[in-house]
Amino acid sequence: MTPLINPITLFFASIFTSNILLSNFLGTCSFISISKDWKSAFGLGMAVMVVMTITTAISWLVLTYVIMPLGLEYLSFIVFIVVIAAVVQILEMVIDRTSPALYLSLGIFLPLITVNCAILGAILFMQIRNYGFVQSVAFGAGSGAGWWLAMMLLSAIRERTDKSPVPAGLKGAGITMITIGFMAMAFIGFSGMIAVQ
Amino acid sequence: MSNSKTMTVLRANLWTNNPIFIQILGICSTLAVTNNLRNTLIMTVGVTLATGLSSMTLSALKDLIPRKVRMIIQVVVMSFYVILIDILLRAYLPDVSKQLGPYVGLIITNCILMGRAEAFAQANRPLLSLWDGLTSGLGYMAVLMAIAVVRELLGFGSLFGIRVMPQGFVTWTIMIMAPSAFFLVAMVMWWAKSIQARNTADAKPAAKEAGK
Repeated sequence: MTPLINPITLFFASIFTSNILLSNFLGTCSFISISKDWKSAFGLGMAVMVVMTITTAISWLVLTYVIMPLGLEYLSFIVFIVVIAAVVQILEMVIDRTSPALYLSLGIFLPLITVNCAILGAILFMQIRNYGFVQSVAFGAGSGAGWWLAMMLLSAIRERTDKSPVPAGLKGAGITMITIGFMAMAFIGFSGMIAVQ
Repeated sequence: MSNSKTMTVLRANLWTNNPIFIQILGICSTLAVTNNLRNTLIMTVGVTLATGLSSMTLSALKDLIPRKVRMIIQVVVMSFYVILIDILLRAYLPDVSKQLGPYVGLIITNCILMGRAEAFAQANRPLLSLWDGLTSGLGYMAVLMAIAVVRELLGFGSLFGIRVMPQGFVTWTIMIMAPSAFFLVAMVMWWAKSIQARNTADAKPAAKEAGK
């Protein structure tokens, strides 16, 4: 059954109240390794947002019109991974042909995205929650935007913490995890705003 | 496979090169289930098996895979094992499978699998790679179980679903929610890195004295 959620509400809910990074822990790995400087964080965040929107849409189509009619649900993980890899590959080629400037800023992050858990995570959530097509696109775009937002906030904070006197054992990843924890607490404050799920 | 090599791998994966607090891999997919010990145990056993078996397979296949399509083949091999785990869970532990939801599928994109396949299985024989994958999984399991004990004990007042805290205990809601997992991981990192730093500091003067 498709749940009755307004796609626009869903979009904002997946940015703020159920941020895919801060409440579902998805994409933390690349988040920690890339968020060191603001510029590359911006690039990766944008790339994730674009790829996530496209892959959730395509996966929904594949799931509804190919996998379900053929009864191949047990193969869905492999199919989703192949969809993600293919979208990333095609997007890389398209960007390379059409806009070399964009390719320089975004292109290097694209291969990293294939193994970003947030992308597959968004698709799996979409499958489990039975979203309709428009809802899926809104969910994908919102989750991507939420990831980008969290990434931007964190990299800005991180430029300061890298220069601060942090206990030796906490330097690097440790203090970053604590920062994410505080940010997740701040985002819990949004949860009263929209009630979804 | 010599005995000393197996021990070195075991030691590295459990302590000196632990996937969580040193390599910082695979935090994503499993932290979400650490507010419940049983789910954490099942999830980390799944990650351990998937890492070991896919490392072994990829190490056996490493000369056959062309470099250009290596990544996608690695991912497909990993998905194969994760699908097996998913089907087994659905058949024998349906309630756990339901609670874990999408996180079982997310083992595929757990960075530990890819990391071990790239860093170890590419250069080592299948059996040693299997061992490396399994011990990486154990190192990962140890840390996450420790986190899950704290979260379930303080968040629900229970361990493995059995109530252990006294009647009047007020549960800490924050422990069930996401932020606590981030804080606890940071604590584990801090603890482990401080001990390791002290050990190397102790080792240095000793080495100097030995040199005299």
